[in-house]
Amino acid sequence: MTNARTLHLKVARADGIAPTLRRVHLVAADGARLPPAAPGAHITLTLPAPAGGRPFHNSYTLVSADPEAGYEVIVRLSDRSRGGSRHVHESLAPGDMIEATAPHNLFALHSQAKKHLLIGGGIGVTPMIAFVTYLREQGASFELHQIAAPAEVGVFEALLALRTGERIHIHAGRDAFGLTALLAAQPLGTHVYTCGPAGLMDGVEASAAALGWPETHVHREDFGAAGGEPFVLRLAASGIDIAVAGDQTMLEAIEAAGVDTPSLCRGGACGVCMLPVSEGTPEHRDHYLSEAERGAGCLVMPCVSRSRSATLVLDI
Amino acid sequence: MATRFKSDETFRDDYRYGNSDEGVLRFPFPFVEDSYMYSVNMEPHTRSAAPGVFAAAFDVDEHYVTECAERARALALEPGRCMVLPHMRDAEWDTLELIMESLALDYPDQFALERHGLDWTWTNRPLGIHQSFRFGDATTLPHPPFEYIVRQAQGDFTLQDQRDGTLYIDGGVATTPADWSLAFDVGMTFHEWHGPVPLAHQAGVFDRALQYLMRIRYGEPARRLNWTMTVHPRLDTSPENYPLWGPDRAGLTAENIGSQLFLRVELQSLFRLPRSNALLFGIRTYLASLDDLTRVPKWGRRLHRVMRDLHPDIAGYKGLTRYHDVLVAHLAQFDDGEPTTPGIASDIAVLPA
Repeated sequence: MTNARTLHLKVARADGIAPTLRRVHLVAADGARLPPAAPGAHITLTLPAPAGGRPFHNSYTLVSADPEAGYEVIVRLSDRSRGGSRHVHESLAPGDMIEATAPHNLFALHSQAKKHLLIGGGIGVTPMIAFVTYLREQGASFELHQIAAPAEVGVFEALLALRTGERIHIHAGRDAFGLTALLAAQPLGTHVYTCGPAGLMDGVEASAAALGWPETHVHREDFGAAGGEPFVLRLAASGIDIAVAGDQTMLEAIEAAGVDTPSLCRGGACGVCMLPVSEGTPEHRDHYLSEAERGAGCLVMPCVSRSRSATLVLDI
Repeated sequence: MATRFKSDETFRDDYRYGNSDEGVLRFPFPFVEDSYMYSVNMEPHTRSAAPGVFAAAFDVDEHYVTECAERARALALEPGRCMVLPHMRDAEWDTLELIMESLALDYPDQFALERHGLDWTWTNRPLGIHQSFRFGDATTLPHPPFEYIVRQAQGDFTLQDQRDGTLYIDGGVATTPADWSLAFDVGMTFHEWHGPVPLAHQAGVFDRALQYLMRIRYGEPARRLNWTMTVHPRLDTSPENYPLWGPDRAGLTAENIGSQLFLRVELQSLFRLPRSNALLFGIRTYLASLDDLTRVPKWGRRLHRVMRDLHPDIAGYKGLTRYHDVLVAHLAQFDDGEPTTPGIASDIAVLPA
């Protein structure tokens, strides 16, 4: 029941499964049980930055999760990597310790789906592997279309452990795949789940909408909008500046600076922690302020909201 | 300090029920100030350092054994008080694991859980239970997994499936309901099952609360206190049994209200379940008579002010209207007009005799 529960993990194995794919098997550092997780859940790993910079917080979907056997993730080396995936590919070794968040699921299977249509692109295969494992166990109706670079088709076939009689299709490139026809052919009650490049996920959403699918039947991977850019908080009445880190809330930063401020739910719903803004532009993420109050820009809920401006001045 | 479990209490018929002095002092008095209105009064359900009802994930108090017996009786009389829709199977096992893990962690002298792969052994000393079973295989337990474990916890529980941008109440156990029916509510959405509550919908309370609840994460549970009043220490105030308890309200008088009217507080907790992504909602009911509560000077003062100024729609919804005047007149003697401190603490270490 500790808050912001941090898991201390140890790398049990790390294997290259393709030139830019590495599978990492994590267990509890102390050998204890890990929290179970639903298919679609992700964890956020704290990965060291080169030369003592601020660590990276990268989210990865759990390919498998077992309290005793541990967690598996697959990490794609990103060309644009600032260092997170590069560290996993080039430095991470068995025995390394890593901190992680507890699993969190923003990409859950829908309990009332008559059929699950899974559409993955590239590294978006990771939740699909977890979904297929679960749906097989349940004996549920599903169909998977996975797009892979031609050179990786064999790798993905092995990851999905293709079985005869199942509707699992691995397409060599996106051109080999007719999205609109696929969505149009689905029976009533089908839910579609997509994970992959933004263009693919946007395409699935747009095609489904054009075909009249209910929004509630279309699901895309989401790691949530936790954290953001760092900014400076100036407490005008107290005359202090507080640096708010990217992975820290404004409320946590105020508390860490030793300033006593009331709070209750810490989730943007109760209104107790509301503070007055005198300068700067809040980025509102709460469920409390009305549109009019947001427009006026004079109030902010520091437990969840952030700042669009480099400095936010509070009248406290 | 080890809890001494009462063994001869009843919550119906002859109503043999009472709180020890410790039980009164740890009572979760629900009013943080001298007035009451609906709000999103959720907060993180973190374990308090001090002893009391917030010190454990699932509080076990002196009424544990007798309350479990009362709830077993309610289930024997009406087995439909526990029902779980078929798609909540994973949530049933999640609930079993969470409650067993939490009880064993918080009360290692009373409860123990041993796990080897899927072979688990559960020990509940107060109820004399020692059960080996296979996790995930319902045939190895004497009841379905949700019912099995909720019979061994105080309070009721519901299971919420999260889908379509809302929560659906798709299972639960209602043996100690404050006039709500699981059979009526099961399958409803969050806004549907809260439909009868006055004032709060218009104030946006349920819209905000739903957004908060849907974002509750595994390992970061939340809680709030809710309250109503009940004549006699009766846990089972179900709509199905209204004829058995509803008429009691007509029997309250200035002479008996102090001993016969009970403040009924629900410690409501919400836990994200890891395998099912469902939310477990705990509704843990505490009962204390006006006579008990007014032994605490701050609570006597505050109770008078809250009840005197209560919005009539809330009084009506909570079923207080018929005896509201008698209640306020009775409580007036405990209000000397002195100020009260903010928050729910009793502000005393020992009860006056």
